[in-house]
Amino acid sequence: MEVLKGFSLVVPRNGFTALVGPSGCGKSTFFDLLTGVVGKDEGGIRWLDKEVDHLGGVASYMQQKDLLLPWLSLMDNALLPVRVGQGADPREAEKARALFRRLGLEGFEGYIPGKVSGGMRQRCALVRTLMFERELVLLDEPLSALDAITRRSLHSVLLLLQTEFKKTLLMITHDVEEALLLADEVVVLTQAPMKIRERFRLTSPKPRKMTDPDLIAMKEHILEELQEELNHDAL
Amino acid sequence: MTRSRWVSLLMILVILVAWEGYCRFFHVPDYILPPPSRILAVSVSRAALLFPHAAVTALEILLGIFLSLMVAVPLAVLMFFHPSIEEAISPFLVASQSIPVFALAPLLVIWLGYGIASKVLMAAIIIFFPITVSLLEGFKNCGPEYVVLFRLMGAGFWTRMRLLYWPWALPYFFAGLKVGVTVATIGAVIGEWVGSQQGLGYLMIQMNARLRVDMVFAAILWLSLMGLGMWKLVNVLERKVIHWK
Repeated sequence: MEVLKGFSLVVPRNGFTALVGPSGCGKSTFFDLLTGVVGKDEGGIRWLDKEVDHLGGVASYMQQKDLLLPWLSLMDNALLPVRVGQGADPREAEKARALFRRLGLEGFEGYIPGKVSGGMRQRCALVRTLMFERELVLLDEPLSALDAITRRSLHSVLLLLQTEFKKTLLMITHDVEEALLLADEVVVLTQAPMKIRERFRLTSPKPRKMTDPDLIAMKEHILEELQEELNHDAL
Repeated sequence: MTRSRWVSLLMILVILVAWEGYCRFFHVPDYILPPPSRILAVSVSRAALLFPHAAVTALEILLGIFLSLMVAVPLAVLMFFHPSIEEAISPFLVASQSIPVFALAPLLVIWLGYGIASKVLMAAIIIFFPITVSLLEGFKNCGPEYVVLFRLMGAGFWTRMRLLYWPWALPYFFAGLKVGVTVATIGAVIGEWVGSQQGLGYLMIQMNARLRVDMVFAAILWLSLMGLGMWKLVNVLERKVIHWK
């Protein structure tokens, strides 16, 4: 089955790009291609002007599920990329502790994931993502399993990734508001085979509020477009 | 104590009382069916005789478990490492399980002698299959999205085994081990029946020949208590090891 056709996307360095699309449009397959989980038939992936097979070595990946190992403490989970890589380095542990403080997890380093809330688990997954030391961060609906209030508090944490940790972010989301609040560019996708339907540049400073009339208008517009895509699919 | 505990206790009590009453009312001789009170009395008063035999059987079982782990764990890892290895090995594994251990026992005694070696091997043969299969099942059950995460971190198979697959499979491993320890007694006792100089199985055969049915039952009681003890031990160990559940 053809999932992507004539799809081309350039992601600016240290930018925050959000992809929104109707469910089943092929967003997740696109990420699987980027991370090398599935192979591509044609087309290419470039990173910093170099042709690469996939972005496995450049990208860290954060998903809807926190994917914390239930038998490790939050701290050990966060240090997993270090343990898998070169082995224990005291400076890395110090860095992780600083991140725990920064993301409001101080005091919970020794807890196992089963003993803390979903929001804290996702913060811990974020610390782990940051311990990866990869410039590109792929976010696959990272907050969609959380309740509305927790999600809101984590929006500011995601923004930190861009402002403080200078990451390049590419996010898939179903939540149009989330995309408008966080991204520099929102890309609206079509039904499979996935193409770009429209792109919106957002220049207003962050953090943004959904009460902004421009954002409200944009949200209406994007939702209508997505509705059309769904209806189109039904015909 | 929970309600179900009381029910099972009550059930055992009813059976024992009925058994006792039957033996006394019909004056059943001890060499046919001794009453539970007699079995209990003999189990305690002849403890000095029973204990050394029980110790031998326990040693056989423990060594058997150890031996089967030495084989089952590497085998399960190897089978998981490559599907073609699994395909190559699994027919032999299944075939080995369809051979009744009873048929092997005399051979093992010929090859390994009357000592504990043949019994250890018998116990090991019986339990190594459930442990291998459950461990392999546990490895395979590992969430694919975790595997992707580890791949992205650059983890090879052995790193994933150490940090991901092995802890993931531990609950499965313990499920297999629990089946293993309860059936291990069968292997050891059959081995002792066929040819041995000590052990509870040996004692049973000796006492059976002398129509000391009360002592046969006493040996069975000791054996089942041993099995229960090992089951409990594995449960305690499981709760210690799998602390996150």
